[in-house]
Amino acid sequence: MADLKITGLHKYYGAVHAVRGIDLEIPAGEFTVLVGQSGCGKSTLLRTIAGLEDADEGTIEIGNEVVNDLAPRERDIAMVFQNYALYPYMTVYDNIAFGLRARKTPKQDIAGKIARAAEMLGIGHLLQRYPRQLSGGQLQRVAIGRAIVRNARLYLFDEPLSNLDAQLRDEMRGEIKRLHQELGKTMIYVTHDQIEAMTMADRIVLLRDGRIEQAGAPLELFEQPVTRYVAGFLGSPSMNFLDATLVAADGGLGVRLADGTVLPLPPARHAALAGYRDRPVTFGVRPDHIGRASPGDTRPGLARYSAVIELLQPTGSRTYGTFRVGSAEVVAELKAHDVSQVNERVELVIDMNRAIVIDPDSEKVL
Amino acid sequence: MSLRRRRAVKLALRYVAAVALTVFFLFPIYWLFMISFKTADEIYAYPPVWWPSSLQLDNYLVLFRDGDAKTVWNSLVVAGTSTVIAMFIGTICAYSLARFRTGGEHLANWIISQRMIPPIAVVFPIFLLYVWFGLVDTYIGLILLYTAFNLPYVIWMMRGYILDIPQALEEAALVDGYTRWQVLWKVVFPMCRAGLFATAIFTFVFAWNDFIFALVLTRTEVTTYTVQVTHYFGGQSNFWAKIAAMSVLGTLPIFIVVGFMQRYLVRGISLGAVKG
Ligand SMILES: Nc1ncnc2c1ncn2[C@@H]1O[C@H](COP(=O)(O)OP(=O)(O)O)[C@@H](O)[C@H]1O
Ligand SMILES: [Mg+2]
Repeated sequence: MADLKITGLHKYYGAVHAVRGIDLEIPAGEFTVLVGQSGCGKSTLLRTIAGLEDADEGTIEIGNEVVNDLAPRERDIAMVFQNYALYPYMTVYDNIAFGLRARKTPKQDIAGKIARAAEMLGIGHLLQRYPRQLSGGQLQRVAIGRAIVRNARLYLFDEPLSNLDAQLRDEMRGEIKRLHQELGKTMIYVTHDQIEAMTMADRIVLLRDGRIEQAGAPLELFEQPVTRYVAGFLGSPSMNFLDATLVAADGGLGVRLADGTVLPLPPARHAALAGYRDRPVTFGVRPDHIGRASPGDTRPGLARYSAVIELLQPTGSRTYGTFRVGSAEVVAELKAHDVSQVNERVELVIDMNRAIVIDPDSEKVL
Repeated sequence: MSLRRRRAVKLALRYVAAVALTVFFLFPIYWLFMISFKTADEIYAYPPVWWPSSLQLDNYLVLFRDGDAKTVWNSLVVAGTSTVIAMFIGTICAYSLARFRTGGEHLANWIISQRMIPPIAVVFPIFLLYVWFGLVDTYIGLILLYTAFNLPYVIWMMRGYILDIPQALEEAALVDGYTRWQVLWKVVFPMCRAGLFATAIFTFVFAWNDFIFALVLTRTEVTTYTVQVTHYFGGQSNFWAKIAAMSVLGTLPIFIVVGFMQRYLVRGISLGAVKG
């Protein structure tokens, strides 16, 4: 059963067309992440689901009931806001109890629910404090606490971690994921951070300019992106994109790079690409699929490329090496001690099984 | 001179200036209070009497005996009631302007422009209207008038305070199960409490201090204390004792209000300074 079903949804702010035809179905109990660049319509979509904005076209169903004309309070949702939205004139306890009191929950139940949520979130000792006496991380826990005591059908999070520093963000990410596993509730989580999306989601919905670019499991989007945009959005450092031409090579197909090198493509790809022979394409490969060649490595689908590494950026476990193909810069993710000096010519291998070929006109992955 | 000495001298000068200013402004009030306790002889004595021989209350007793003191009560009724009504309606209007952009960009500006009308320009047309409707010399007449006259100010000020409230606070309450009206009560009012009190004080003080409307629109039944004071200026002589005692009665409520609400007053004014 779907907890949320959206059909043909459009939303305008005056002349701004913020949501441009969204169809989305979210199965019960799933953790879905809406991800996309700032301004792509994530918050608008979430707020329309919540009923804080009116849908201009299309329907929203929550638990098989069309809710377009229902007020937010009638939609059985709980929401966590980016800036916590805690009431400064109430204690933490009263803040968390606020939603329960609206629904006339008996006093005893309120105390019990808050005690349980406070224990889950480790904020039991803060209940009598005021928001101004809490740190950012504590504020966020309280805001989450206020949502989870509600026992709603749908939980919405709008960039809840974006005000926290990096370390706290990592910690809270894990915590929210754990909460989801414990509660088994349907959650929709908005972020512009692709790492947050990859690590937290059961399913990612990648938005671009008010439309869904691709939706699916995190690894599905990462390994089988349908467009250049998806391929470039997920992964850090981002995928390398090179102008190339699809040519015949060794009885099969290959891509010819700007410097004339031809990288043969594995036979499995030939059928799909046959129609593009002698046409310009964009060749895409992730940094971690380019490595230092080792003599005994004869796995199928590896293409050799000889390059001069111009820049080395060690991160500890990995070192990013930058080299040029024609005028384009390419980043390779090397092992820590693979290359020790810049401006040295090295033999690299490119895993062509994982590389993608893109139609430069439609930007679709072929 | 050492730096330390220079600092000390500067501080001392500052205190001297502050004390001088305070004395300058407080003197008339001090004099008013003193006169209200003086006997007729002391009032006209020369050289002036700085401190009356006894704090005798005759001047006040006369006001109460003759029923003049009721005019203070009249002022309290009209100023108090109109303030409550103007605050209630004005805050709701302000909420509508701030959150639903009622009337677009210009309605808010038009509303505040109403406040700029000089009372003297409208008082006679209103008088004629009131004669027609039978509202002259009634509580309702004055309450209506002060409410209408204060509404633009209340709306303008409260709109500013409401715009300062993060919208997510209200949205969180809406999602959590509250209606708009409940949100107004449980979120908006508490969030702008200081502004509410500050605005209410100014609204009250305007009605309390009004003279021109009360002069034209009342006769004998609901005369306010400001109008009553002027009755003591005679063609032949002025009744200084009554003037002083009545003025003190008229000043006391303001002292009390401001004394209790000083905290909000200062905060409210400085809050309002940020947003237009
Ligand atoms: N209240 C609003 N009025 C007008 N335009 C808006 C409003 N809210 C958002 N927008 C516009 O709608 C688009 C989507 O915004 P938003 O949903 O906030 O994006 P995101 O949350 O993905 O950053 C943006 O172009 C933004 O400028
Ligand atoms: Mg947003």
